[in-house]
Amino acid sequence: MNLPVITKFVIDLLAVLLLALGIKGLSKVKSARDANRLAAFAMSLSVVGLLSYYLGTSGIAIQSWIWIIIGSILGSLFGAILAKKVPMTSMPETVALFNGCGGMSSLLVALGVAIFPISGGQENFDFFKSLINEVSISVSIFVGAITFTGSIVAMAKLQGWLSTPGWTQSKVRHFVNIVFAVASLIAFFDLINGNISSIWLLVIVSSLLGIGVTLPIGGADMPVVISLLNSYSGIAAAAAGFVVDSQLLIVAGAMVGAAGLILTQVMCKGMNRSLVSVLFGGSLSAQSTASSGSGEYTNITSCSVEECALTLEAANKVIIVPGYGLAVAQAQHTLREVTKKLEQNGIEVVYAIHPVAGRMPGHMNVLLAEADVPYEQLKEMDIVNPDFPATDVVLVLGANDVVNPQAKNDSTSPLYGMPVLDVQEARTVFVIKRGMSAGYSGIKNDLFDLPNTSMVFGDAKKVLNDLIGELKDLGVGEK
Amino acid sequence: MSFISLLWVLLLGSLLGLELIGKVPPTLHTPLMSGANAISGITMLAALTLIVKAEGNVPLLIIGSVSLGFALFNVVGGFFVTDRMLAMFSRKPSNKK
Repeated sequence: MNLPVITKFVIDLLAVLLLALGIKGLSKVKSARDANRLAAFAMSLSVVGLLSYYLGTSGIAIQSWIWIIIGSILGSLFGAILAKKVPMTSMPETVALFNGCGGMSSLLVALGVAIFPISGGQENFDFFKSLINEVSISVSIFVGAITFTGSIVAMAKLQGWLSTPGWTQSKVRHFVNIVFAVASLIAFFDLINGNISSIWLLVIVSSLLGIGVTLPIGGADMPVVISLLNSYSGIAAAAAGFVVDSQLLIVAGAMVGAAGLILTQVMCKGMNRSLVSVLFGGSLSAQSTASSGSGEYTNITSCSVEECALTLEAANKVIIVPGYGLAVAQAQHTLREVTKKLEQNGIEVVYAIHPVAGRMPGHMNVLLAEADVPYEQLKEMDIVNPDFPATDVVLVLGANDVVNPQAKNDSTSPLYGMPVLDVQEARTVFVIKRGMSAGYSGIKNDLFDLPNTSMVFGDAKKVLNDLIGELKDLGVGEK
Repeated sequence: MSFISLLWVLLLGSLLGLELIGKVPPTLHTPLMSGANAISGITMLAALTLIVKAEGNVPLLIIGSVSLGFALFNVVGGFFVTDRMLAMFSRKPSNKK
């Protein structure tokens, strides 16, 4: 062993250690930020390690440097700009987009190696070795393509650019996806048999498979899918590690893959869904058309902002239930102003956070944190649910499916079994909502029909602003 | 590295990943996901290898460079976005009291 080899070995080892500590630290609130920076440092370290290794052994051609610099600058620049500019409300889409690009990168590496075999190491043809090479190339392309197209579809759906097409909810989709999967297998075996051109077939059908699998999934299941795709991108990286013979890639990829899988599992549990039903069950709305989930509202009470303010003023305990609508309306700061006023009047305010409120777990936490809501006021579902009967007013802001009592009462409802917030137990419930449209699942919300529920129609931000005015008139929160 | 030892690396790496994520509070699901997501951009090393070993093969250089760009987009964007989210959590306690 010469010096460059030893140096690279030591640096790689250090990088793996730091990455592991980074992932570990990210799972605790206190250490999370430092852990993230530690992981970023480990990644830069690994780049330095690799480049210095090549400088010390084969050297790096000027031409290579040029392409390295072009790729790095463009990639980093766009990444940094997007990361700085994107509003907190569209975090899920952003993560999906980043993730897809990671998958694309693995795909391209494998494709490059397959079309232009890297020089060196191929002098004496070894059947076993070339088989491993072809298998890892195929896996890298297959998983990378699924990650890419799947993530892009997930992003487009979250952005509202894509809706769930009707045909994807029928059984046909399973058939279509099986065809894609079988076609990928055929391409894979053809590739191993030495037919390099079938690599394009593999790229195409695995991309289609990624689309076909993600497109039917909707509603609250989206976060789980993104988490799963994140795990896939780790697997793709590990496969690319086999392609270019890098232990560091394999370890890091495997870590992300495994950690992502666990995280996916944790999320599924939070929603009382199994991974299988998320992946193959289709979106909830499709099943609802056949069941009693749909139906007309019969007993809607709507009320003015003024009434809402009066009730709030008289309350002792208020629970806020935020949802995706709050994120869309960018109303988190306005909400904070309202609750500040209430608190100044001695009213106890708590935020009830459903595990899948928003489009991603922790989405609401991030959003409310941005508006400086104290961490202690955010209560998780299991903790806050027993509090509802003793609560005077519940303010539902842009949440829908997570407060639907159907999930508890109606065993024919597609939502049945999903844990929900028992807001109807409170004395008065105000639902601030733009209109009577259904939630992401497309299911009627029985809460709206209940006698203790009043609807306040309007954009969340506008209603909250009006509410601030009304509260001011009532003298609430005046020092 | 022999294939077998690479398999060992894969196995141990997976076990490590399974071990690392224990009890994660829901608050951290999003940051953890995006942080882990940034790490999966480690394929940038593979892209670098491709470029270095391309030996003047222009199409390969381009593929490598594009791949590097995608990976770095993932890595840089991922870490920045995670940091932004986490900054909001850590800012709070000092601000409140």
